[in-house]
Amino acid sequence: MGVATYLKDEKDAIKKVILESDLEIKPVYTPDDLAQSGFSYEQDLADPGEYPFTRGLHPLGYRSRNWTTRQYTGFGSPEQTNERFKLMIDHGQTGLNVAFDLPTQMGFDSDDPMAEGEVGRVGMAVDSLQDFETAFEGIRLDTIGSGLTINAVASIMLAMYQALAEKKGYAKTKISATPQNDILKEMIGRGAWIYPVQPAVRLIGDTIEYAMQELPRCNPVSVCGYHIRESGCTPAQEIAYGLLIAFAYVDNVVARGYAADDFVGRFSFNFNIYGNLWETVAKFRAARKLWARLLTERYRVTNKKALLLRGLFGGGGSGMTKQQPENNIVRGAYYALAAALSGAQTTALCSYDEAYTIPTERSALLSLRTFQILMDEIGLRDTVDPLAGSYFIETLTKEMEAKILEEMDKVEQVGGMIEAVSSGYVQSEVARQAYEYEKKIQDKSVTKVGVNKYTEGADMEVELHRYDEAAAEAKIRQLKALKKEREQSAVKKTLQALEKAAAQKQNVMPPLVECCRHYATVGEMADVFRQIFGEHQEPSIF
Amino acid sequence: MQQRRIRVLLAKPGLDGHDRGAKVVAHALRDAGMEVIYTGLHQTVQSIVNQTIQEDADVLGLSIMSGAHVPIVRKLMTALQASDSEQRLILVGGVIPQEDIPVLKELGVHGVFPGGTPFPEFVQFIKEHVSMIRA
Repeated sequence: MGVATYLKDEKDAIKKVILESDLEIKPVYTPDDLAQSGFSYEQDLADPGEYPFTRGLHPLGYRSRNWTTRQYTGFGSPEQTNERFKLMIDHGQTGLNVAFDLPTQMGFDSDDPMAEGEVGRVGMAVDSLQDFETAFEGIRLDTIGSGLTINAVASIMLAMYQALAEKKGYAKTKISATPQNDILKEMIGRGAWIYPVQPAVRLIGDTIEYAMQELPRCNPVSVCGYHIRESGCTPAQEIAYGLLIAFAYVDNVVARGYAADDFVGRFSFNFNIYGNLWETVAKFRAARKLWARLLTERYRVTNKKALLLRGLFGGGGSGMTKQQPENNIVRGAYYALAAALSGAQTTALCSYDEAYTIPTERSALLSLRTFQILMDEIGLRDTVDPLAGSYFIETLTKEMEAKILEEMDKVEQVGGMIEAVSSGYVQSEVARQAYEYEKKIQDKSVTKVGVNKYTEGADMEVELHRYDEAAAEAKIRQLKALKKEREQSAVKKTLQALEKAAAQKQNVMPPLVECCRHYATVGEMADVFRQIFGEHQEPSIF
Repeated sequence: MQQRRIRVLLAKPGLDGHDRGAKVVAHALRDAGMEVIYTGLHQTVQSIVNQTIQEDADVLGLSIMSGAHVPIVRKLMTALQASDSEQRLILVGGVIPQEDIPVLKELGVHGVFPGGTPFPEFVQFIKEHVSMIRA
């Protein structure tokens, strides 16, 4: 939930402030602190848009380019999702962020017994290209970019997006899709994994390699420290783990004979914005700097554009509470401010009702307005990196950088990220911290307004989005009809080609696109991989 | 003879992968002196029942955030009865609306502890009730 620990005396004066990342904040900062930290403008900051990009990616920041807002949207049927997409675009949203239901995320068709009770529940149900055609009906794929929040079967969704574009008459070179495609973080924090670590990482390598060659405007991977933070890690660990996960994917593609220079520019990140304001700002500034520096040092990347840590800084889910939910509107505004002061390029905000239900149209719009007020009304676009040069912020950024490196080192000591996820080291570290944090909330050594202080008695009732059984049944009927209508022999042939590519370690993307064109289902394609790769076994951490 | 430690099987049924809560509870129960077996994610009801029997668990705790708690519990209770192994303390945690608590209890759940429940509350509940069920 993200708050610092405050040690106070009997008169309520603050004696000590300890941030979640275990960094201490002093009561006063002076030029001496900066000098002691070894700060240098050229090396630690430089001008905005210049290496190491601490001050942001663009020379003129938000002046030249307002941020992109991408509220997470998608529920029930492709038809309903399409309606909500159009509404958000009409209200000024400039990119889509697609939510899929759990069966789709886990590679099950809507009629699979494992999908029972889950079809369309937490996002849109996608069985085949037909559903993409419906969901993106009337939406321009050359001007609107789409984030696809899916991981284990991200390769399938990227292939489907390409098949959709072709069908709608857009060249594949013109479309912009960002599948989340970060399986290691799913194994640490979000749980939507299917295949074992090694083949799962290989699938990510396949999508990166393919995008490099065929989809120049697609960013094939969005590394999500976000969900690891939601699962309990500190801000410093969020960045440390995020960067190490990215390096694991880089290594996979470099091992295929490519230079990191040619593809890391396509990586994007998704990091969280809740917690202490200063810690958040320092986290993002340190993250940009470390990404650029480590790519230079470890992979000899020289292409300036490839060094930019681009991404969505947003969300804030774990900061939100179901107690006194209106407080989340205020929290959201402060989180958005933190994102803006951090130089976020793309952003999204959890809606105030998201802690207890799927956001309503009104609450999703309110999140969008929160950003618009910051940028269009109160002046966040006026100047780039307004906190730069602050004795405090620059000292904290330096300390955060050192802390992130320390956390990275711990993982490298146990053999690197892939090994640390396979053995359960990271999962265990994150779970332990979630527990320690919960203990602090319960013993009130950290304060969460409305939760353990300033409470108002009765809790807000959670309001579950009732499961629409009729819609799920309609979806299943539609899928059955599709299976009858499509050309079965072509489907069979494309699935066989996919199987061959998967088994022979050829890139699976070309056969996946072919499968999608012929309306093979997500379940059919995912099953091919299940047969060849097997399934992930969670390491025991208790 | 020393008393056997209370054995708790913590299970995550269904496709939902949010296990922060389940893992926090696992830590809390272990710190309270219980033995905790965590099933991991994506479990079917049948596999949860099998593990409950194999592990000879005194307590079966389900963590459900997906909203599917009523159909899952209904299925679970049928499966437990079918294998004649319902003599366990059955607990449910996660995202559970107040109005569904009586429904779950009607189905045979002994205690429902939504997210944010203080640890001592469910630890105490288990200690007080487990002997009655496992007598």
